[in-house]
Amino acid sequence: MIGGAVTGEPASGGPATVTVVSAGLLTTVQDLGRPGHAHLGVPRSGALDRPAHLLANRLVGNPAGAAALETTVLGCAVRVDRPVTVAVAGAPCAVRVDGQPAAWGAPVRLPAGARLDLGPATRGVRSYLAFAGGVAAAPVLGSRSTDLLSGLGPAPLSAGDRLALGAPAGPPAGADVLPWAAPPARLVLPLVLGPRDDWFTARALDALARSVYHVSTTSNRIGLRLDGPPLERAAEGELPSEGMVLGAVQVPPSGRPVVFLADHPTTGGYPVIGVVPAAALPAAAQAAPGTPVRFTPVRLR
Amino acid sequence: MRVLRVGPHALLVELADADRTAAFHAELLRRRAVFGLPPVDEIVPAERTVLLDGVADPRALATELATWRVPPAPERLGPVVTVPVRYDGADLAEVAALWGVAEDAVARIHSATEFRVAFSGFAPGFGYLTGLAERYHVPRRAVPRSAVPAGAVALAGPYTGVYPRSSPGGWQLIGRTEAPLWDAAREPAALFAPGTRVRFVIEEA
Repeated sequence: MIGGAVTGEPASGGPATVTVVSAGLLTTVQDLGRPGHAHLGVPRSGALDRPAHLLANRLVGNPAGAAALETTVLGCAVRVDRPVTVAVAGAPCAVRVDGQPAAWGAPVRLPAGARLDLGPATRGVRSYLAFAGGVAAAPVLGSRSTDLLSGLGPAPLSAGDRLALGAPAGPPAGADVLPWAAPPARLVLPLVLGPRDDWFTARALDALARSVYHVSTTSNRIGLRLDGPPLERAAEGELPSEGMVLGAVQVPPSGRPVVFLADHPTTGGYPVIGVVPAAALPAAAQAAPGTPVRFTPVRLR
Repeated sequence: MRVLRVGPHALLVELADADRTAAFHAELLRRRAVFGLPPVDEIVPAERTVLLDGVADPRALATELATWRVPPAPERLGPVVTVPVRYDGADLAEVAALWGVAEDAVARIHSATEFRVAFSGFAPGFGYLTGLAERYHVPRRAVPRSAVPAGAVALAGPYTGVYPRSSPGGWQLIGRTEAPLWDAAREPAALFAPGTRVRFVIEEA
């Protein structure tokens, strides 16, 4: 039908609205976060698997900084009130439109009133659902990301929440080949030692290089918590609070390392034995509880 | 001064004490303002360190930092933020006992002090304020509270802090303020940033 109103669809004009039908385990709004405010105690936040987030946005024709939804393990379900192009990337999952199978990792056109279901992740942890136009939640310090540590940005989504979308920026990009790393069956994390590796015994540094740790069920957007041999301190006492970076491996009194992810605190008083470079963190964010983890420590001069 | 590598793109500069940390932080900001510092994403001061994150060539910057001559921190620079306080905190008697003064003297001593935000952390807009003489430093509470109300003015160690929102906390509560410590709709959102001068004034009940 060209030039006429489509019966049964709301009148054109005005942004589309997404209604959350089910938020699964945890679904949040994420963009590229709010770096640059750590000195005010503001975490960077933002999508944990940034390449997957960028890909989902690209597939619907959005700029890189558009806000999308980040699901956790169990997926989510939404309904749209107008025709909208969406794409799902990150952890693979069954995608259904009104109960019918639809593509993962490709643009999908939803008709007005359609229900979109992202099933549980078949591998990995976090799927990304991008809408053409992006989620138009109110930005805080330039970002729409939900920060679970400090409570900035939109609250985690609940059934019944309504999200306005922005105006689509352009036609979906499409893609012939998706370069995308599958969620790891085992995680190998490069680790730059320091700044506080001297707070640990030689035995602890040795254990860190040789042991197999496992992703704990207590992991979240703040940190990937690991179960395994505790790392023994050489120095007792307290370290004065100091600035923390993304990927810092902090060792609390339990001796079990925590790899800091996007919602990490900006300062902390437990020693950081080493830092995982940012390029290795998307895989860490997709490592499900129980995944074996090894570190490969290096020392930079 | 000691410069430590923090991953591939950050440096942690360790200073001898709080004064030198403040001076080094002020010098970093001064140089950044006149383009005398390579681009960095974050400059995060803390108790005795300053973190430089998002550095393209940390090795070159570490070498350069070692050659800096850092003047003492400028004492009185910038406007003073005034925070009205009702000194009626739940730990006022405890703090008075630790200080060896009467309860109403706590308010007098605290409000006569000029504070400076040494660094921020813990929550958006939470500043660690220094300025109290050493004899007024107090330990944290043995048992932290599960909920400290927003606006609580509290002491721990050398620091005074104001809770921007309700959160768990182990600091000794001496009063409360209605000053908005954090307002995301305001520019700047944080009332306290590292280096901000602060005075608390007594608000009568």
